[in-house]
Amino acid sequence: MKTKLLQGIAAVALAASAGTAQAEDVIGFELNGETPIVVETDAPAHLDGALSTIRSGWTFRDPATQAMEMDDFDNPGMLAVEDAMVAWETAEGSEGKSCMDCHGAAEDMAGVKPVYPKYVESAGEVRTLQMQMNDCRENRMGAEPWKYDATEAVSMEALLSSVSRGMPVNVAIDGPGAETWEMGKELYYTRTGQLDLSCANCHEDNYDNLIRADHLSQGQVNGFPTYRLKNTKLNGIHSRFKGCVRDTRAETFSAGSPEFVALEMYVASRGNGLSVEGPSVRN
Amino acid sequence: MKRTILALAAVSLTAGAAQAAEIAPGEVEFDGYEVTASLTETPGDPEKGREIVTNKSMGNCVSCHAAEAYSDVPFHGEVGPILDGAGDRWTEAELRGIVSNAKMAFEGTVMPAFYKVDGFTRLGDAFTGKAWPEGEPVTPLLTAQEIEDVVAYLLTLKE
Ligand code: HEC
Ligand code: HEC
Repeated sequence: MKTKLLQGIAAVALAASAGTAQAEDVIGFELNGETPIVVETDAPAHLDGALSTIRSGWTFRDPATQAMEMDDFDNPGMLAVEDAMVAWETAEGSEGKSCMDCHGAAEDMAGVKPVYPKYVESAGEVRTLQMQMNDCRENRMGAEPWKYDATEAVSMEALLSSVSRGMPVNVAIDGPGAETWEMGKELYYTRTGQLDLSCANCHEDNYDNLIRADHLSQGQVNGFPTYRLKNTKLNGIHSRFKGCVRDTRAETFSAGSPEFVALEMYVASRGNGLSVEGPSVRN
Repeated sequence: MKRTILALAAVSLTAGAAQAAEIAPGEVEFDGYEVTASLTETPGDPEKGREIVTNKSMGNCVSCHAAEAYSDVPFHGEVGPILDGAGDRWTEAELRGIVSNAKMAFEGTVMPAFYKVDGFTRLGDAFTGKAWPEGEPVTPLLTAQEIEDVVAYLLTLKE
């Protein structure tokens, strides 16, 4: 496993950030030459040894694709972030409010993305960032909700992700959200479709192997939304899940469904400790 | 699939007996993980078998298995073992069993069952992401004759 990692742009050992008394170096790259992005680290305890280290999808991509993500000028996903920045400041809906009117600068939202999906007390349910955005649109702005994983929603998710880049994913798995997390775990290990494959069959049992021309990653979501060279646009997590389930010759769940919300929560928690990386670049 | 069904229908007009002799997916008899009896009365054609093994829209075995024997075909996967020498390692009955339902030989394997029509979770309609139409008989990933062709090809993979 280790040797293959070095195929790409060698992720370098980054000095542990000043202040934390960490003895060991961490593996990653420097975004824009300044922000450390951790792309490989110890697996969280709740994986029970299913993986020893967790790796960002970045480590499985070729050097050219990796390089596109390392500098915002080369990252096509940042164009969508710019669009979302305009949307952030634009008043919409019957209340005549913009996101900024309540939340201030987009940069002030740093730290939000790493903990989503999470149990939202006031709503009494686990929510993804997109669900939470729509709650604001409907109930605070009096605006139409965005369609799940549609351009506007994914772009805004990319903006909120971009301001948290470098922060460690830290999704809670206990407390009132635990039941949803369990449901997500169950889905992750359930084999579906005529090919009878689970997420784990490809992303836990076979990561680093080629399946046809594809170099299988661990299927982490720390890099979402991802700009894919294949369809030249930003892609949401649930759209990716749909594609993977479809590829098992199964009936998929829909974007925004309770099943995919739970699955997102579980998969995100498998990446606890990796850096928030979105918008990332993948093939 | 469409093409194969039409072909079978045409055959059944002229040779109804041969069609009747085909063993349906639910009726395959496993002895352990081996299937001794041929699924059809027509011997497998290794040339066609090679086509099925290496073609993305047919068996697509190549997406998981590499082999020197078909090194001319691009994009070999590495999820399963290299298939060179499969004809030395396994008998015809074993190979028929492995290709029909690999789970009989390898517990919990990721290799799909190519001649099986039940026991699936959220069965879809091929790669559409939609549910398999209710009440429609499920077609296996490969037809009985295609399984025989693949087995015939695997038997040629000697080292
Ligand atoms: C038949 C194999 C297969 C199965 C089963 C499968 N995937 Fe994938 N998945 C892939 C391939 C191939 C890719 C593209 C290469 C990569 O990033 O791993 C991919 C990519 C992904 C990515 C994008 C990773 C990134 O860094 O951009 C995520 C997330 C993902 N899969 C999650 C899942 C989940 C969740 C499931 C189960 C619902 C699942 N996959 C089932 C094959 C599969
Ligand atoms: C999704 C992956 C996958 C696909 C598709 C697949 N296989 Fe396999 N196959 C495997 C794995 C993995 C094994 C090893 C058994 C195990 O331990 O699970 C295997 C084992 C085998 C073996 C025995 C291994 C040996 O000693 O040579 C044969 C023969 C075989 N497969 C043939 C085929 C054929 C023929 C097809 C297509 C009709 C096919 N496989 C499609 C994954 C796959």
